[in-house]
Amino acid sequence: MANTEPVEDWCTDYDIFDPGYIRDPFPIWDQLRGECPIAHSDRWSGSWLPTRYSDIHAIAHDPGTFSSDEITVAPLEGGPADGVKAPPITSDPPEHTWARRLILPAFAPRAVEAYRDYTVALCGELIDGFIDRGRADAASEYAQQIPPRVIAHLLGVPPEMSDEFTEWVRGVLELGLTDPEIRMKYRAILMDFLWAQVNDRKANPRDDLITRLLQSEVDGEPVPDTHVVGTCNLILIAGIDTTWSSIGAALWHLAQHPEDRARLVAEPELIPVAVEELLRAYSPVTMARVVTTDTEVGGCPMKQGDRVLMSFPAANRDPEVFPDADKVIIDRARNRHVAFGVGIHRCAGSNLARMEMQIALESWLERIPDFRLADPDSVTWAGGQVRGPRECEVVFT
Amino acid sequence: MKMIINTELCQGHNRCYALAPDLVEIDDLGYASHKGDGTVPPGREEAAQLAADNCPEEAITIIAD
Ligand code: HEM
Ligand code: SF4
Repeated sequence: MANTEPVEDWCTDYDIFDPGYIRDPFPIWDQLRGECPIAHSDRWSGSWLPTRYSDIHAIAHDPGTFSSDEITVAPLEGGPADGVKAPPITSDPPEHTWARRLILPAFAPRAVEAYRDYTVALCGELIDGFIDRGRADAASEYAQQIPPRVIAHLLGVPPEMSDEFTEWVRGVLELGLTDPEIRMKYRAILMDFLWAQVNDRKANPRDDLITRLLQSEVDGEPVPDTHVVGTCNLILIAGIDTTWSSIGAALWHLAQHPEDRARLVAEPELIPVAVEELLRAYSPVTMARVVTTDTEVGGCPMKQGDRVLMSFPAANRDPEVFPDADKVIIDRARNRHVAFGVGIHRCAGSNLARMEMQIALESWLERIPDFRLADPDSVTWAGGQVRGPRECEVVFT
Repeated sequence: MKMIINTELCQGHNRCYALAPDLVEIDDLGYASHKGDGTVPPGREEAAQLAADNCPEEAITIIAD
């Protein structure tokens, strides 16, 4: 399974956990797109890696052939033993259709507006905490602090537990990806916590998302408790590392591009457009699919049971679709990026994530219009399933 | 000009709603449809075109007069 030999041939032996790939995957994707647009590797249980926008778009729109039953980039032998999946992200139709409908109302544009004031206040308080110091870790002291609190607020669980959520989610999604022991440990902690929350809502219903999920019905039957636990687990996991990575990568970019900063400070109304471009250029999330029946993509034969990595980040760097794909054009007006996926699994939290990103950048730039990396070499990145900076010290100038 | 959203293709990315909120109706689940018969009022042609050009599902069609 794991193979720690250095990669010599990216077309036939790529390693998504290679430190070079995590730090700077862009030239590798460009090379692959030119030489073998659907690469293969036996590492990490084996997978295909399409890097063209058109192939990823097509695969995402064919859930019958490409199932979401296994979506982690490095699967655990045998999968979770507790029988709890993560609907709707691990569901295929027809289950996917109702599992997604259950949660969409909580994430629709109007519903998400309800968290705006809270997010503005939160970003303001975080900045208060470090602005007088003249420097801060933009990743760990800012970006990382925002999503877990917003999600806690939304799920109706105590925001004081945010640091614990972050630790658990990193345990499952980051450190645990390559270490089954860590992954199982944190998964068990998360499950215990969510079961306790669910049991508590059954005894004392409240006005929150967990209670609403427990009170929903499908085909006249109440939604099973295991389903509710799985969905809450998904919301907690999917909403934290991802959004934090995007906010962190955006600040990392802005720290190095005074011209983009100046533009956004002068024209804050451009921030929503800039957020889309930063999402495109530094897309954090790669998912997986399992092939259900022998098939072919772009001339490449795939067998039933093969896994395909959905590199939305690589698709978003495809020059066929994005002119000057390797450049951040902060006011790029035409931008059909797929950072939130595409097709039936389009990120259910995308409206929330965008709101968080916009407010995080707006609040920061309003009070810290000028800043630079303290030391470019000291920035650390996590990668694999979710790519983003984990330490990113900046100095206010 | 008309801006027509194919609701079979829409997956609720809401890019169109961000760019042309006056031309788009969003339902409780977050999926989009065009307002009325899709007629784009004068002065909103550019917004409608941008909405179409940013939809990741290519669900939006612009029909010129
Ligand atoms: C910038 C931040 C985020 C990014 C880049 C992102 C990315 C993605 C991607 C690429 C998918 C598609 C998965 C696939 O095709 O297999 C997805 C699905 C999902 N995301 Fe996000 N996500 C972000 C934030 C959030 C937030 C804040 C939440 C919720 C609180 C969330 C909840 C979900 C859910 C529930 C799904 C599953 C939807 C389905 O399967 O129908 N995400 N996300
Ligand atoms: S941008 Fe496209 S997919 Fe998104 S809501 Fe509008 S029509 Fe639907």
